[in-house]
Amino acid sequence: MSTVDREQQVLERIDRARRARARVKDERITLAHGAGGKATHSLIEAVFLEAFRNPILEPLEDQAVFSVGGARLAFTTDSYVVRPLFFPGGDIGELAVNGTVNDLAMSGAQPLYLSVGVILEEGFPVADLARVTDSMARAAQAAGVQVVTGDTKVVERGKADGCYLNTTGVGVITHDLRLGAGEARPGDVVLVSGPIGDHGVTIMLARGELDIEADLGSDTAPLADLVQRMLAAAPGVRCMRDATRGGVATILNEIARASEAAVVIDERAIPVRTEVRGASEILGIDPLYVACEGRFVAVVDPANADAALDALRAHPLGAGAAVIGQVKADPPTLVLLKTEFGGTRIVDVLIGDPLPRIC
Amino acid sequence: MVRFVDEFRDADKAQALAARIAERCEPGREYKLMEVCGGHTHTIYKHGLEDYLPETVTLVHGPGCPVCVIPMGRVDDAMHIAAQPDVIMTSFGDMMRVPGSHGSFLDSKAAGTDIRMVYSPLDALKIAKQNPEKRVVFMAIGFETTAPSTAMTVLRAAADGIDNFSIFCNHVTIIPAIKAILDSPDLRLDGFIGPGHVSTVIGCRPYEFIARGYGKPLVVAGFEPLDILQSIYMIMGQLAEGRCEVDNQYTRVVPWDGNLKALQVINEVMELRPYFEWRGLGFISHSALRVRDAYARFDAERLFDLPGVRVADPKACQCGEVLKGVLKPWECKVFGTACTPETPIGTCMVSPEGACAAYYNFGRFTRTRVMEATRT
Repeated sequence: MSTVDREQQVLERIDRARRARARVKDERITLAHGAGGKATHSLIEAVFLEAFRNPILEPLEDQAVFSVGGARLAFTTDSYVVRPLFFPGGDIGELAVNGTVNDLAMSGAQPLYLSVGVILEEGFPVADLARVTDSMARAAQAAGVQVVTGDTKVVERGKADGCYLNTTGVGVITHDLRLGAGEARPGDVVLVSGPIGDHGVTIMLARGELDIEADLGSDTAPLADLVQRMLAAAPGVRCMRDATRGGVATILNEIARASEAAVVIDERAIPVRTEVRGASEILGIDPLYVACEGRFVAVVDPANADAALDALRAHPLGAGAAVIGQVKADPPTLVLLKTEFGGTRIVDVLIGDPLPRIC
Repeated sequence: MVRFVDEFRDADKAQALAARIAERCEPGREYKLMEVCGGHTHTIYKHGLEDYLPETVTLVHGPGCPVCVIPMGRVDDAMHIAAQPDVIMTSFGDMMRVPGSHGSFLDSKAAGTDIRMVYSPLDALKIAKQNPEKRVVFMAIGFETTAPSTAMTVLRAAADGIDNFSIFCNHVTIIPAIKAILDSPDLRLDGFIGPGHVSTVIGCRPYEFIARGYGKPLVVAGFEPLDILQSIYMIMGQLAEGRCEVDNQYTRVVPWDGNLKALQVINEVMELRPYFEWRGLGFISHSALRVRDAYARFDAERLFDLPGVRVADPKACQCGEVLKGVLKPWECKVFGTACTPETPIGTCMVSPEGACAAYYNFGRFTRTRVMEATRT
């Protein structure tokens, strides 16, 4: 057998191993389980999906979609444990509203109502709490949603990092499009709504552990209006995902896997701010894996791609939108990157937190 | 545009260099070049550099990944230290997932030991200053590249009178490892892409025995993709002309004689061990550094009672063959199935600079299929 054939055989064996049912081999939860990469996926599939399996949950989209009394609703929840609580361009409150609004928006829903759960640590300044709630109120107004119910718990000092938030949201879907990570088809065009990685890099720098400064703020923003305008202009949208934890790379992998297709992207076409690129170079991380809080990826029918791009660019939150790649039939389930250098490589799912390299 | 980055990733220049590399290939001759340094392996895969090479030029990934060469017994010792009362263990991020015989630092951290990731040994020293009631240990790893900063930190601790700080020294030296590879009977290499950052410290002279004694060309290379492509071009030039010399592509950073000050600092604090175990390569004499007697109070090996048990590499693991370049990562029996970045058996699968992890994460495809997919 030739070397190429042997290599191909090994690759197919690996592919089968990767499709095998997820298992959690660890005895304890590690931070990797929360980082949005492979460990998170295994935990969700092996523990939560196993326990709660049902047809609404099973697609593992960012929101559940179901009908009640003739209305199609989108329903989602998210918790926020960001540190620091206040950072350039936003704070935990704004993030908690926008994050849930965006998870609803990605189904094409009009977000309507939110709940807020607050876990406070003994000793947390009331003035800081007021700052957080003020910011939530402003964000809710900007996104056109109301906070209609909530809950408060206080835990002993040392049991929480100041303030944790949870928001749950409901929205209504009026379109009749079929959207989902599994809907991408060969030939489809992949778009991103703006420069990537601003939020994640801002947070890393705001922690002050790196002694790097950059003129950069979080990209946190409510995306429902932007999405509605794009859907109105381009009904050929197949799927949308906001590029939060795990970044654009993780989402593209989810799409490639769910659609049994390849996603091929061009590094030169991906919008990344110079500050984000510079900081990423120094830290040895890849902006493709860095979280955004106001950017999303859309896969669109090629006939509608220009209309979708124009609609995004006409909106202030989508001014930096770009076509970054294409869906292909082969090799299925892989995300490939044409590098700026002119080579090719895989963009895989991350294992744990992006750990900085040492030299 | 990010200055000092983008100009070294120019696709047009790469195209031109690739054409000139192809011109230097003798028809019918196969070329095997080893990049010694894990940083180079990472660059090669991250940028898809092999797309530019003729099929007759193969890159073999060498032993220069500092995480990959740490044997399991040393990881166990480090975890033993971390589990002692009042200890804060500090480590570079790469080290966090390296498996010992009872899990990794990450597992140990989840089970309750205080292990913290730092970006520099000085950060570890800062933690020691902030926590005078704790014993802070820095897991020191790396070649001559990182040894100076560890040594400097010990000197700083001594000068500032910080007595709750120590290092667990696992620093290794590059030359004995290259020599071990050259002496390995199952290997045929045509030349070396020399490590760049190590050479900023040790300079280019220490490689001269490779050209003289073994008749192989070596070109010290930088870490951007054009640097590597250019050094391949330089090696191919030597091979075409039948020369074998040590040459320096990375002149913007590497002085021929190295960094004397850094060498002095290492020499002040550390000395060669008689021998040290390398993962996959076994025991190699005079291949690692330990803390000198004068700085014994900063040496975790003397401060803590270590089990020091030698743990054999897992049977299925073929890291040694991969580190020597005898096997391509995918030729290892457990590659990609039992051993993945998520559940690494061997260290080559842990660090992003490890040959197996780089291939698994970035290069897991056959070229013909991908050419088809990326054609526009």
